[in-house]
Amino acid sequence: MMKRTLIVLAALLAFAADPAQAQISDGMVKIGVMNDQSGLYADLAGLGSGIAARMAVEDFGAAAKGMKVEVVAADHQNKADVGSAIARQWYDVDKVDLIVDVPNSGVALAVSQITRDKAKAFIVSSAATSDLTGKACSPNTIHWTYDTWALANGTGNAIVKTGGESWFFITADYAFGHALERDTEAVVLKNGGKVLGKVRHPLSTQDFSSFLLQAQASKAKVIGLANAGADTTNAIKQGAEFGIVKGGQNFAGLLVFLTDVHALGLEKAQGLLFTETFYWDMNDKTRAFAKRFAERNRGIHPTMIHAGVYAGVLHYLKAVDALKSDDGTKVIAKMKQMPTDDPLFGKGTIRADGRKVHPAYLIEVKKPSESKYAWDYYKIRATIQADQAFRPIDQGGCPLVKK
Amino acid sequence: MAGLGEQVDAAVAMEPTAAAHHQAAAFTVMLVSLVLAPFFVYPLFLMKALCFGLFACAFGLLIGYVGLLSFGHAVFLGSAGYISAHAAKVWGWPPELAILAGTAAAAALGVVIGALAIRSKGIYFANITLAFAQMVYFFCLQAPFTHGEDGIQAVPRGMFLGVLDLRDTLTMYFVVLAIFLAGFLAIYRVIHSPFGQVLKAIRENEPRAVSLGYAAERYKLLAFVLSGTLAGLAGGTKAIVFQLASLTDVHWTMSGEVVLMTLLGGLGTVFGPVVGAFIMITLEHYLAQLGAWVTIVQGLIFVVCVLTFRRGVVGALAQLIKKPL
Amino acid sequence: MSTVFGVPTQALFGQLLIGLINGSFYAMLSLGLSVIFGLLNIINFAHGAQYMMGAFAAYFLLQWSGLGYWWALLVAPLVVGLFGIVLERTMLKRLYHLDHLYGLLLTFGFALVIQGMFRHQFGSSGLPYAMPAQLEGGRNLGFMFLPNYRAWVIVASLGLCLGTWYVIERTKLGSYLRAATENPALVQAFGVNVPRMVTLTYGFGVALAGVAGVLAAPIYQVNPLMGADLLIVVFAVVVIGGMGSIMGSIVTGFALGVVEGLTKFFYPEASNTVIFVIMAVVLMFRPTGLFGRER
Repeated sequence: MMKRTLIVLAALLAFAADPAQAQISDGMVKIGVMNDQSGLYADLAGLGSGIAARMAVEDFGAAAKGMKVEVVAADHQNKADVGSAIARQWYDVDKVDLIVDVPNSGVALAVSQITRDKAKAFIVSSAATSDLTGKACSPNTIHWTYDTWALANGTGNAIVKTGGESWFFITADYAFGHALERDTEAVVLKNGGKVLGKVRHPLSTQDFSSFLLQAQASKAKVIGLANAGADTTNAIKQGAEFGIVKGGQNFAGLLVFLTDVHALGLEKAQGLLFTETFYWDMNDKTRAFAKRFAERNRGIHPTMIHAGVYAGVLHYLKAVDALKSDDGTKVIAKMKQMPTDDPLFGKGTIRADGRKVHPAYLIEVKKPSESKYAWDYYKIRATIQADQAFRPIDQGGCPLVKK
Repeated sequence: MAGLGEQVDAAVAMEPTAAAHHQAAAFTVMLVSLVLAPFFVYPLFLMKALCFGLFACAFGLLIGYVGLLSFGHAVFLGSAGYISAHAAKVWGWPPELAILAGTAAAAALGVVIGALAIRSKGIYFANITLAFAQMVYFFCLQAPFTHGEDGIQAVPRGMFLGVLDLRDTLTMYFVVLAIFLAGFLAIYRVIHSPFGQVLKAIRENEPRAVSLGYAAERYKLLAFVLSGTLAGLAGGTKAIVFQLASLTDVHWTMSGEVVLMTLLGGLGTVFGPVVGAFIMITLEHYLAQLGAWVTIVQGLIFVVCVLTFRRGVVGALAQLIKKPL
Repeated sequence: MSTVFGVPTQALFGQLLIGLINGSFYAMLSLGLSVIFGLLNIINFAHGAQYMMGAFAAYFLLQWSGLGYWWALLVAPLVVGLFGIVLERTMLKRLYHLDHLYGLLLTFGFALVIQGMFRHQFGSSGLPYAMPAQLEGGRNLGFMFLPNYRAWVIVASLGLCLGTWYVIERTKLGSYLRAATENPALVQAFGVNVPRMVTLTYGFGVALAGVAGVLAAPIYQVNPLMGADLLIVVFAVVVIGGMGSIMGSIVTGFALGVVEGLTKFFYPEASNTVIFVIMAVVLMFRPTGLFGRER
């Protein structure tokens, strides 16, 4: 009796199943948004990334195309072991097909390795280390939004050329900080500048006083902050306490997000010069996105991370739809084949090493008097064309790149 | 003043042969369930529980049977993890040798810390172990080979004894189970040996033990080193299973966790630490989605256990059946 | 530019001053811990969490009732101290007859609960607390620019520490306290309400942590985990100074802050470990600490 019921059920399912779903694992495309939801990187990505991913799924029209897509989220607390455990659980048990976002380069590297072992897909929007498309590149990973090389190239070049020839680095002591310091130092030296000293601080430091003192003592013209999120804003705030800028030195925020400027306030952040690849107020399409995003995110406008998650998920879904499969390795290969086109980054391409290429922008923070409306923070000082914004493909040491 | 672990013994009558029967029965139950478990439960989760189970048992040996609270036991777990990970990844050693290397490192650390700490008792012993633990933590943070915050990633699983491919999850599981059982039985043997009896005597009344001619300090040191070594075995295995060695495993909060596992399971019992470890790992797993709730629940369990449930789960069970477990 | 061992003195004095500021916090917190251990024989592992509660109390006072920094200095320690008294009355006193390691475990558990609750609500990144207007700015001392607020921290801490020392060592109340530490039964027989004294002492020690939290709020960010790693260092300070010795904690707190600052200057990698190395050395040769007495 049981056996007959089962056979009937199986037959019914076979008829009911949409032939298009036949190769999508478990009939569902599951996307996992993993990032820091409670620590120092919670604002620049955090819950907003989940919102961006869902918006991408809606705008893609998954439902209309008959594709089932689910978005889940998790907090990796900036720990590689927590991130690894979540990735394994997601891939092994929860049938997640794509992991997206992942700030914290240490965690991203770990997740990239696990994704490769399990032949799934990984789109990095938040993590910065250029190693993800360099010596740690993988056929299952795409690095969207930005990387440390692009930041160093944009910001480093601009600052040295306008008189900042002596540098002192305050660096977050992990993969990201090291990569950013390394890439920026290379740019400074190439332009004839000098690095007078470096100091490393633990991730998520509350008190920068002793590091700032060392920076002051070095008398370097530029204090390069090779850190991000709350580390950057704390350093700048406490720098004001110790009269760093009054004493004639300048901070170079090597990685600054819209949410950091918002947290600092224009009074403290004005004049900061840095590189980003997206700003919500650039054109009508980005403004429309920002309006919809802000409505769902308590008025907080999107950072380039959120834009990267949106665009990355959109392109992924297009590739899955074209292939009619969510096999990780195949989809990533397809994403590299298809040129990209989205309302936020415009037209672009993804290289063989997994690097998404698009223009970068040199940004200066407005003075309080120059800001006319909420979140009107940036002036775009220069545009770096896509083919110059990122490290040349043959210089990264990526084994996937054929010589 | 009732000491840690003493009250468990006092509450349960010591009947050697009957005790052995009951403990054998309990062991069989544990063995059977662990052999069948990976077919029903996510094996990676089980392996985590097993590694922590071994870690907790090693810790339990020290606190339950020697009466010494070490507040820095994570150093053994973590440093063995780093050494094993490094041996497997950078030196390319097969997993069994990598794990042995980690265990040996933990043993060496145990000798060094033990020699310096063992003269102190009670609170002062806890303090000293904490001090050394912090030193090791900061060493691990700075040393280039550990890669600080990023940890040692992508540790290869390798071929165990050249035959068993550890990349297969089920194979890995049974190897871990074998290691766990070996460690568990070693601890059992120690507890129920003349050596173990001397340890208990020292815990109950050290001056008297000394007056009877036992070199108390040497016994305590040996127990400490043994405890550290087995904790190292757990750490080395864990690094191979998860293919990662990170700072979390040497941080002092990890030391706090193992205290909690042992307390919850039952101080001074054989099976208590294992049970405590399994409960805590399960809790963490299910509460992981809720982030900080894990810490809150852990704290609540600590408070409840210390105030009203000092016997722990297994201790209460032992009390119920009037046999030691 | 003068130099010491080839490095500018300016930088050296700067680090020393920062070290003194850190030392102020070490001194205040270790004082509280010492007072509590001295009388209750309990290692108050919740001290870090209570310090954090002090900072949050200041934050809430500002957010909810607009009461600023100076009010917070008075109100926050009272609030936190009250919590401490409740904790002692309801839970800690049940453990006095047991091995005092249970007290450590209870307070550790309590700390986990409090830290977890705050982290759940506020994340772990830290909330800003504005510096009081009267203490903004700073003065240029020549070798460094010293923010006024940080100078105030040193002064306030010294004041609190010396004030506490005076009360305990030189007043009648303090003498009862010290007597109760040595022989509670006898003191009780003389008609002194020892349990109440114990409760109030715990409350006072906790309040000290609360005040330290308020002092920390403008410079260290109000952060649920601000006490966690600090506690371990403070622990070491107490042990080195001698558990139960008031002057020992104060002197050692400031001294170790300075030592840490010096290490940051000459050998920065070791600055985190130096206090623990000192602790291990002291424990091996003088287990009761530099100023402690045999118990």
